[in-house]
Amino acid sequence: MTPQEIAALITERFGSRILESKPDAINPWSAVEPAAILEVSQFLRADDRLSMDHLELLGGVDYKDRIEVVYVLYSMKHRHRYTLKCRLPREAPVIHTVESVWAVANWHEREAYDMFGIVFDGHSDLRRILCPDDWEGYPLRKDYKAPKSYRDMPV
Amino acid sequence: MEVDYSGDVMTLNMGPQHPSTHGVLRLELKTDGEIVADAIPHIGYLHRCFEKHVENVDYPAVVPYTDRMDYCAAMNMELGYVLAVEKLMGIQVNNRVRCIRIIMAELDRIASHLIAAGTYGNDIGSFTPFLWCFRDRETILDLFEETCGARLLYNYNWIGGLMYDLKPGFEKRLIEFIDYFEPQVDKLNTLLSDNYIFIKRTAAVGILSPETAISYGVTGPNLRGSGVKFDVRKDEPYLGYQDIDFEIPVGKGEYGPLGSCWDRYMVRIREVKESCKIIRQAVAQLTPGDVHESIPKRVKPPAGDIYMRTECPRGELGYYIVSDGSLKPYRLKVKSPCFTVMSAFREVSRGTMISDVVAILGSFDIVLGEIDR
Amino acid sequence: MESIARLLQFIPRYDALPGIVRALLPVLVSCVVIFAALAIAVLFAVWLERKVSAHIQDRLGPMYVGGWHGWAQTLADALKLLLKEDIVPASADRLLYKMAPFIVFLGAFAAFVVVPFGASSFVSDLNIGVLYIVAVGSLSVIGIIMAGWASNNKYSLYGGMRAAAQIISYEIPSTIAIMTVIIPVGSLSMVDIVNAQKGGIQHWFLFRNPFIFLAFIVYFIASLAEVNRTPFDIPEAESELVAGYHTEYSGMRFAFFFLAEYANMFLVASVATTLFLGGWTQIIPASIVPQLVPGPILFFLKVLVIIFLQMWLRWSLPRLRVDQLMYLSWKVLLPISLVLVLSVGWLAVYW
Repeated sequence: MTPQEIAALITERFGSRILESKPDAINPWSAVEPAAILEVSQFLRADDRLSMDHLELLGGVDYKDRIEVVYVLYSMKHRHRYTLKCRLPREAPVIHTVESVWAVANWHEREAYDMFGIVFDGHSDLRRILCPDDWEGYPLRKDYKAPKSYRDMPV
Repeated sequence: MEVDYSGDVMTLNMGPQHPSTHGVLRLELKTDGEIVADAIPHIGYLHRCFEKHVENVDYPAVVPYTDRMDYCAAMNMELGYVLAVEKLMGIQVNNRVRCIRIIMAELDRIASHLIAAGTYGNDIGSFTPFLWCFRDRETILDLFEETCGARLLYNYNWIGGLMYDLKPGFEKRLIEFIDYFEPQVDKLNTLLSDNYIFIKRTAAVGILSPETAISYGVTGPNLRGSGVKFDVRKDEPYLGYQDIDFEIPVGKGEYGPLGSCWDRYMVRIREVKESCKIIRQAVAQLTPGDVHESIPKRVKPPAGDIYMRTECPRGELGYYIVSDGSLKPYRLKVKSPCFTVMSAFREVSRGTMISDVVAILGSFDIVLGEIDR
Repeated sequence: MESIARLLQFIPRYDALPGIVRALLPVLVSCVVIFAALAIAVLFAVWLERKVSAHIQDRLGPMYVGGWHGWAQTLADALKLLLKEDIVPASADRLLYKMAPFIVFLGAFAAFVVVPFGASSFVSDLNIGVLYIVAVGSLSVIGIIMAGWASNNKYSLYGGMRAAAQIISYEIPSTIAIMTVIIPVGSLSMVDIVNAQKGGIQHWFLFRNPFIFLAFIVYFIASLAEVNRTPFDIPEAESELVAGYHTEYSGMRFAFFFLAEYANMFLVASVATTLFLGGWTQIIPASIVPQLVPGPILFFLKVLVIIFLQMWLRWSLPRLRVDQLMYLSWKVLLPISLVLVLSVGWLAVYW
């Protein structure tokens, strides 16, 4: 399926919960309402025409006014790719986990939590993965200031 | 994940410093005698804040940083990044650059798989293949050194071209090496791959079913070892791989269930032979040209985002670049194949023995630099 | 020991010494001689291992220390180990920790008492020679468990437990394989066993009897497990347990473990040579060619062949997993060795 067809299919299915679609960009994407992400993910995985069974990348991006979670999905069966983006407010970035749909999301979401502070509802083991467990702050945010010392060691 | 431990469990740390964890990885094993009830990987010991650093440097200056992620296959790391930026900017490179990039990427793949095979033999207890693999790898590193001056971290693939052209006589030395090397792979097979004890240690261990593998986002030789015929070079060809004739080796479960450690290891050995084929064809397609032709004066990609993936020796390497139209990347996220494979490790190694944990870890062929970035 | 006793007579006023001293002095001197010979042999064996492993791995090995092919490398290493700091882990069981290396060495050393190096070159001709060797050789297990426990380290504990299980399991097929040789000889004395093989290569037990040939293979495999050599080096599996039961040992104590491992190698090679390869007897019968090369030299050469085989296997084969190791011992070697013993016994009765 071409990106245009995929965009049309999910807009038809989910209507206004798909906020925006850009299937003609170099990397075709659709913006999804954060509350609907679990449903959209399940549909994208289960539907035979789409069967997006491979979550390639789940990452956070910090735009100045919002934090975005990016899902790059791929279908092994049909060999097509599509990207979903969810825009979250900076003060309280909360979104439901998609761990139940793709098992690899477990670690990717832990990393997004570690680097951006995005809280994933329903995650089975949400703790830091790259930074030490008692690290303060979310390093990849644009307004991050590194602490002067960590456990009495100068940073 | 809730695990039911029955009986007395002892926590054994295969700690960050350990001869066979392929880097600084901490495996927390909950053992009941020799059986491992749970194996929890802890990463982050080699985190060097790659993604934060590259937000502060120019696009061309990111290339040395990408080298240092997977230091065993640095050419492929650079290649993925450089191809992503070139796609974003719409740069086309000439045939010479294309062929040299293929040659370097495949040589790097051979070098990386030799490390994987040698260290895997070491983990299983056979010390000799390690030396044989590294002996052959030395010639490859010499070829790299004469081209770009470095043995391990190259900074060779630049946005729009290459750092240096090939030295005179490189093609001859390269073909000599490939002619010498292909029979060495058969010798390695006789010593290690077809060894009865090695097969007993690895062929019934660490079974990764295709569904689990895809769900956990496993790619590369680990996925192909489970029987799934999927390779980015065939699926979404880049650098003209569609014009090169090569096969994708897939695990067939010859000595045990499909998806065992032996299958994954054997896929790598067979890939080495395929890489030799690719290199011969790339050398034949080489034409004279200027490798610095298409390098832009200033790298300023248009605003937008892109996801580009390439087949690095350990799997599918993905670069997600968000550009805001300035000279520096706004966000560069790396999807590292070893990261996803380690997320599957806990499930695969539950209920095995300590020796098997080592075997499974070795068959996944991880490099912590890539996992932690 | 008789020759040593006769040599000691030359000490001035030897007869004036009290009786007990005259009884104990030959024993002490024999111990020192055996220890010195063993130490030199081990030094040589370590150098040989490094050279053999190097050439199998397509490299050269020691080349500089001492001049010709680095023959003094082991000496240099032993000296270095002697000069290291003696570290005892803070929470280790001090007495057991310190005693363990010596007990492991004792198991190998004490068994050399009955090994006949030549026609009259042996310390003592016990009439229960083989039984003595098997019994004393098991002492090393106690030392290994002590080392594993006293180090207060989970890895060492694992190594110690695995070693105990392995050594005890493999003693059984090893001893039963030895029994196949005892049956034709009819005596447990090592000297009698060698004397039964006099008369050329066709009299060696290895070639005299197809069942004993197979028993030699069983004994060789079981002895590899006794010595903790690859493919049975699970207790010291480097890639899994750092260094197994001797993780926490450094300096001279580690050197003692090393010495004990190679002494054990020499012991099982000596036993294999005595029982299966004719000990110090010649290949061509002494009636055709008189014995030009002294017995001990021939004995040492045969031991070297076995040791070379052990090293060759170590550097070619991977390591077996614990349960596969146990399977091999109990379900493969034990039934085979039982069948062999019964066959040799049947042959002895009906032929």
